[in-house]
Parts: sequence; C-alpha cells; structure tokens
Amino acid sequence: MDFAPFLLSFKLAGLTTLILFTLSLPFAWWLSQTDSKSKPILEAITALPIVLPPSVLGFYILVVLSPHSAVGGFFEDIFGIKLVFSFTGLVVASCFYSLPFMVQPLQNGFESLNKHMLEASYLAGKSKLQTIWHVALPNMKPALITALIITFAHTVGEFGVVLMVGGSIPNETKVASVAIYEMVEVMEYGKAHIYSGLMVAMSFVVLLLVYIFNHKQKKIGIV
Amino acid sequence: MLNMDIHKTLHGSQGKMSLDVKLDILQGEFVVLMGESGSGKTTLLRILAGLEKAKGDVQVEGHSWKDVPTQHRGIGFVFQDYALFENMSVEENLLFVNDDTSLAKELLELTELSGLSSRNVKSLSGGQKQRVSLCRAMMNRPKLLLMDEPLSALDEKMQAILQREIAILHKTFGTTTIMVSHDAASAYALADRVVVMEQGKIIKDGSKDEVLQKSTRISYSLVD
Repeated sequence: MDFAPFLLSFKLAGLTTLILFTLSLPFAWWLSQTDSKSKPILEAITALPIVLPPSVLGFYILVVLSPHSAVGGFFEDIFGIKLVFSFTGLVVASCFYSLPFMVQPLQNGFESLNKHMLEASYLAGKSKLQTIWHVALPNMKPALITALIITFAHTVGEFGVVLMVGGSIPNETKVASVAIYEMVEVMEYGKAHIYSGLMVAMSFVVLLLVYIFNHKQKKIGIV
Repeated sequence: MLNMDIHKTLHGSQGKMSLDVKLDILQGEFVVLMGESGSGKTTLLRILAGLEKAKGDVQVEGHSWKDVPTQHRGIGFVFQDYALFENMSVEENLLFVNDDTSLAKELLELTELSGLSSRNVKSLSGGQKQRVSLCRAMMNRPKLLLMDEPLSALDEKMQAILQREIAILHKTFGTTTIMVSHDAASAYALADRVVVMEQGKIIKDGSKDEVLQKSTRISYSLVD
C-alpha cells in the first residue's frame, strides 16, 4: 500500500490549519468586537464555502489562480510560483474552503466571553494582543480546539475543490480523497476500502476526542 | 484632584436621556454615587475608566484624560459580576496586573484571603470572588478606584465583611474612590461624600450627613 496520499493530506491539512489560525484570529476577534455595518457582509462571505458546491468554489479558485489571471500571473511572473496543479495552489484553495470552519468557532468563542473580563484586562494595562493571548484564548478552549480540529479534519476530507485546483499528481496534489476516487474508477475496491476505512476511523477518533474534551471543559466550568 | 465635565446621550429604557455631570473630587475622597437604576451611574464610571466615549473632559491632577486609553489611566475597577480571569488562580489574577508579589501578599492578608492564594477563582464563593476582585483592582496602586455596586450580589453577612475590607483598604492606601451603591447603609458607613443622580443629572451632592438620614435604628435613606 502506498500511503503517500495520506501523508500529503496531513501535510496539506496541517499547513492550512496553521495559516488559517494565524489569519483568522485577528479577523474573528474583530468580527466579535465590532458594530460595523460591514460585519454581516463579511460574515456572509466567510460562510459561503459551507453552502457553495465544491465545484463552484473550485471553478472560481481555478480561474483566479490560473496563470492567465491577474493574481495567478502575478505570482508566476514575480515569484515563479505556480498556483494551479501544484501543492502551493492546494494550500491556497484549502485556506478558502476551510475558512468558515476556523473563523466561526473562534468568533463564537470570543463572543461568549464575559465582556467585563476583557475590560478588566485593559484596566490592568494589557494590550489587545496580550488580552487575546492571556485572557481570551485560555477561557475559550473548547471553541479553540473545535476551530483547530474541525479545520484540520475538514481539509483532510475535502475532495471537489482539491480535484479541480490540484488535479491528481502523485506526491504533489494526489491527496487521500482523490486517491480513493481513482481506485473506485479503476474498480480497485479492496484498496478503496482500506483507504476509506482509515479515513472513517481517523475522522471518528478526532471528532470523539473533540467532544470528550469539550464535555470535560463544560464539566469543570470552562465554556 | 479629579475634575470631570461629561456629556453623553444615553438610550435607556425610558428613551433618550442626556448625561450631564460636572463634579470635582478631592484627593483621597470616598464618594458614593447613588440613584435609581438607569440614572447613568455605571455609564459615568465606564467613561471615567475610558471604557466608553463621551463629550467633555476628565482631568486628573490637571492632566486631561481625553486621549489617554484605558490601559494608561492606572485605574482600579471592581465590577458587579467580579470579572475575574477564570483561567488563573487567586494570586495569578493579582500578579497579572502587576508582578509585585509583596503587594499581592499584603492585599491578600488584609482581606484574609492568604489561604486561598493558589485556588482557582472558579472554585470561590461570590463573596470571596468579590474580595479577590477588590485586591486585583488595588494591584496597580491606582490613583482612582471605581466600584460598580460591589456589594449588591452578596448576602448581608458577606456585604458586612466586604464593607469592612473596603474601609481597611481605603484607610491603608488612601485611594480616591467612587463607589456606585443602592444601599444607603453601606453608603453611610463608607462615604465621605454622597452624590445622588437622577436622569443623568446630579440632584444632590454633599456630606453623608447632609444627603442621608437615619430612617430606622439600623438603616438610612436619602433626605427628602
């Protein structure tokens, strides 16, 4: 058995989770604190990947990242980075389709915090960054864990967008979900069962751990 | 020491209301702010702390606080709902404000909380939490201590204990203090001066004996 597609899926999911956490943290914080009229518009845009068919999302990402577009052309001409049918392109596409799975739990977590607790931190002389790091995040661990784990798991499980933007290049863009699709296409059901069974088992274990953790946190009063 | 001339339009339960407060407070004075719910007392404290914006100015020792953010005002604030950092122990709550272990020790001893210093604040009773909140507010040796109904969530016994500890801390540190309270008895016990607000305006301002009267053997009420 070739487990390279699994390793590639985990590499993609790990990088996507790391990048999205870094970018989504200030964005989710801003959304949770602002009364701006643009807030519902930005929330709707952020949630789009949840409702759009992966083919639609994949199509537009493909159009934008293509070397014939302004964005894709810029990256290829200036930095020599090819954004379609490459691992880099997959990471960029993953960041788009997994965005709501990181932003929404973080925003909900920030919004659930006692506003006075954050103000007490400002009164103690702490900056917004210090307040987020030392007060907000430690008091919303279930939301934080949910955001990280669900983003990771969702990226591992994505198929449509990955296929459209990355294709199926071995060791480059052929992730586990694409490998299973190809096995079924050539009727290698035995291999497809092993891959699919592994995906089901890993997804279940990850979700079970999240629910156990969140249940324990609720029990000791950190919600 | 503290001079304020504050104006803000509030949207309360009875519609629009204008908060207009001009008040001068002396160094070390203990002022109790009284009045009906929705009269603007809490908003006034929040404006002084820089947590809400308003027109006008607040001056401390002749320096305007107009462009001074909350973080740099050096204020101690006690919230009605304690607002403790629930991921930290009692001692960590204090040291988060100022890494001065000897001051933290002194404050915990004054409020008889030394035995609880390593306990997580989630496991404390309401009265203990409010005492920790009071100690935390004193950790940056504030020029101004603001307390928003610190006694209201506590039972009578705990109110008496906290009231005594507030008095001890005020005597020890001499901090200029503004406390919002609905309770005339605790106002009488603690205040040098009582200010009464109604619909965003000051309607009474004087010594506790001028503003409060003894209505029964043990309770006080506002003078008519």
